[in-house]
Amino acid sequence: MALTAEKIVERLESQFEGSVANFRYEIDQILSFDVVASKNFEVMKFLKEDSELRFNFLTDVCGVHYPDFPEGEKFAVVYHMHNWIDNVRIRFKCFLNGTNPEIDSVVDLFVGANWQERETYDFYGIKFKGHPQLKRILNMDEMTVFPLRKEYPMEDMNRTDKDDRFFGRVK
Amino acid sequence: MSNSSKINKAKAPQGIEGPGFFATKLSDVVGLARANSLWPLPFATSCCGIEYMATMGSTYDLGRFGAERMSFSPRQADMLLVMGTISKKIAPILRQVYEQMAEPRWVIAVGACASSGGIFDTYSVLQGIDKVIPVDVYVPGCPPRPEQILDGILKLQEIVKNEDVKRRSSEEYQKLLESYKIE
Amino acid sequence: MNKIIETSEDLLINPEIRYSEKIKKFQKEEGDDREFSVLNLGPSHPATHGIFQNVLLMDGERVIEGESTVGYIHRAFEKIAENRPFYQINTLTDRLNYCSSPINNMGWWMTVEKALGIEIPKRVQYMRVIVMELARIADHIICNSVLGVDTGALTGFLYVFQYRERIYEIYEEICGARLTTNMGRIGGFERDWSETAWKKLDQFLEEFPKVWAEFEGMLSRNRIFMDRTVGAGPIGAVRAMEYGFTGPNLRAAGIDYDVRIATPYSSYEDFDFKVPVGKTGDCYDRFCVRNAEIWESLSIIRQALEKMPKEGGFHADVPEYYLPPKEDVYNNMEALIYHFKIVMGEVPVRVGEVYHAVEGGNGELGFYLITDGSRTPYRLHFRRPCFIYYQAYTEIIKGSLFSDALITMASMNIIAGELDA
Repeated sequence: MALTAEKIVERLESQFEGSVANFRYEIDQILSFDVVASKNFEVMKFLKEDSELRFNFLTDVCGVHYPDFPEGEKFAVVYHMHNWIDNVRIRFKCFLNGTNPEIDSVVDLFVGANWQERETYDFYGIKFKGHPQLKRILNMDEMTVFPLRKEYPMEDMNRTDKDDRFFGRVK
Repeated sequence: MSNSSKINKAKAPQGIEGPGFFATKLSDVVGLARANSLWPLPFATSCCGIEYMATMGSTYDLGRFGAERMSFSPRQADMLLVMGTISKKIAPILRQVYEQMAEPRWVIAVGACASSGGIFDTYSVLQGIDKVIPVDVYVPGCPPRPEQILDGILKLQEIVKNEDVKRRSSEEYQKLLESYKIE
Repeated sequence: MNKIIETSEDLLINPEIRYSEKIKKFQKEEGDDREFSVLNLGPSHPATHGIFQNVLLMDGERVIEGESTVGYIHRAFEKIAENRPFYQINTLTDRLNYCSSPINNMGWWMTVEKALGIEIPKRVQYMRVIVMELARIADHIICNSVLGVDTGALTGFLYVFQYRERIYEIYEEICGARLTTNMGRIGGFERDWSETAWKKLDQFLEEFPKVWAEFEGMLSRNRIFMDRTVGAGPIGAVRAMEYGFTGPNLRAAGIDYDVRIATPYSSYEDFDFKVPVGKTGDCYDRFCVRNAEIWESLSIIRQALEKMPKEGGFHADVPEYYLPPKEDVYNNMEALIYHFKIVMGEVPVRVGEVYHAVEGGNGELGFYLITDGSRTPYRLHFRRPCFIYYQAYTEIIKGSLFSDALITMASMNIIAGELDA
């Protein structure tokens, strides 16, 4: 029997009542839902190990910065998973607060999340508790800020050879 | 057998010829020798590196200009071909490779990213390698066609041919290195 | 908005910073009397095809442990993408896996079309399939011939690179550029393919199979090549899956996951092709899987050419997103208005999230796009297969000989652009 969205919703709600919410289909027809940040490891473990859900592959881990959202939801970590047996994709988001974003690392479930979480830390400053080696990966180790946050500009403001007037940026 | 009427002979440098001897300026001979045997150090980082691989291949053949032996050891290379985006993280490595090269050495910045940062006007990309090492020839393009890379090397050959033998110990060159803080 | 990211000048000149921390990690401890050496397979190295660093702790020729450092070509694509309209991001996607740029381009356009809700005519989908399979062939040509170079077979590389030039010529006919193609627009292609493009494609399909059969025959049952690559750098299927492997590396390990079959896009379901699978996931299996994929790609291109519908044009009829031809812009008021709106960014964009994946040369290349109604994305994340499976490298080479470690790196097809983005 194919794994339908109703089944997934039913299993998740019966197991994690109160921690999962806002089930919806986004534009790409992938079932998406929100998870309370403290339960992300358990929800992922359940999705991976439950005999009916069987989401055996972690496709992607990434972060998003929402400076305009309320205080408890300024950062989000988005997980995409894929069930290869029934060919179903799923996505869930965990919202984190803006001052000290922390979330449990899922490296114990999927080793492949290691570098992806380091990349999310490097870009946004989201700390993954329990990560074996949480340090910068793509940017220089000496960098003190988290550049993909919305308050930082894309350009290197100290560059001398480009005239900002030609790029439409007038000081 | 080759048809000798179709062979182009290169012009000899200006000099006095006689039976069994040819006298010319030292700088001309040295320039000719250096220009036609430039051993490249391919510092290929991204897409321009793949176009360089195409230039090395049989269709465009860099080897016929004297660059047959790719030297990956800086000590034995004459010209440093920097191909691809140089980020701030790799700038000190590039600098170290340049410092390890023995004189005379030349640098070609291949591609827009090496010349000026290219389309990546970001906080992590060095806006041009001439911020850390002195450059002789800039080859624009994203990526430049192999013919453009060959044109850049030909221009470098012109520079090398006409270079003064004593340039590397001259005041001007020392000042240039000092401005980059290279000892 | 104007917090500035500072970089001191000293960091750009002093290389010690890049080496000292990593090598310190491997210093000898008290009482350890085995003779280990630390080898810095540094970012600039002829054997690594791209710039990434591996510091290896070696016991003679055997690798005990390693530490990878990447990010030497981090160009902050995801940050740039937040400042560029959709049609300009295509130039960024080119430079992800630059050996097979059309696949990245088409993947991006399909993501945007999903976000905007545009349907693409069959003919355009088949043309996209042809271009993507050509790009896959180009990518596997590089990977396998460079693996040959690493084992000493230099002639194979020079010989098959000629055919990469032929593929470049086809790209040039279609879009004007050789390597970083920037191909396509929202809804299709920017111009119809000329007669020369179709002729060159037919010529390629005629000439290339003989050449590839020759290359394959030279290496795949060659005693020296097999001795070098069989058993070098194996990875088990379940371990590969946990690491997030996709693409030829995963298929060589034994799992037949292919995005073209799992979530078909651009009419891949109309084509009949096999997915080659290996057994042990070592270098030889990866080589053979890529070879077999080239044969399958050639078959897909032939099927697409046979089944190509005559009607459909070269782009979808979406005047709101696809620039009208210049003659119309100068003569027709409506076309002028559409042109103005597209360039100024007043196009209707739905708010929401889209994840779309294509089968790139290295595996599942995913685009996670969050739109907010404006002309630039709110967040764009690239799920880069190379970045995800490169994590496993230090585990794979533990305990193997140094030369096997290098062959493993070459066979895993690490493209620096995709690694760092």
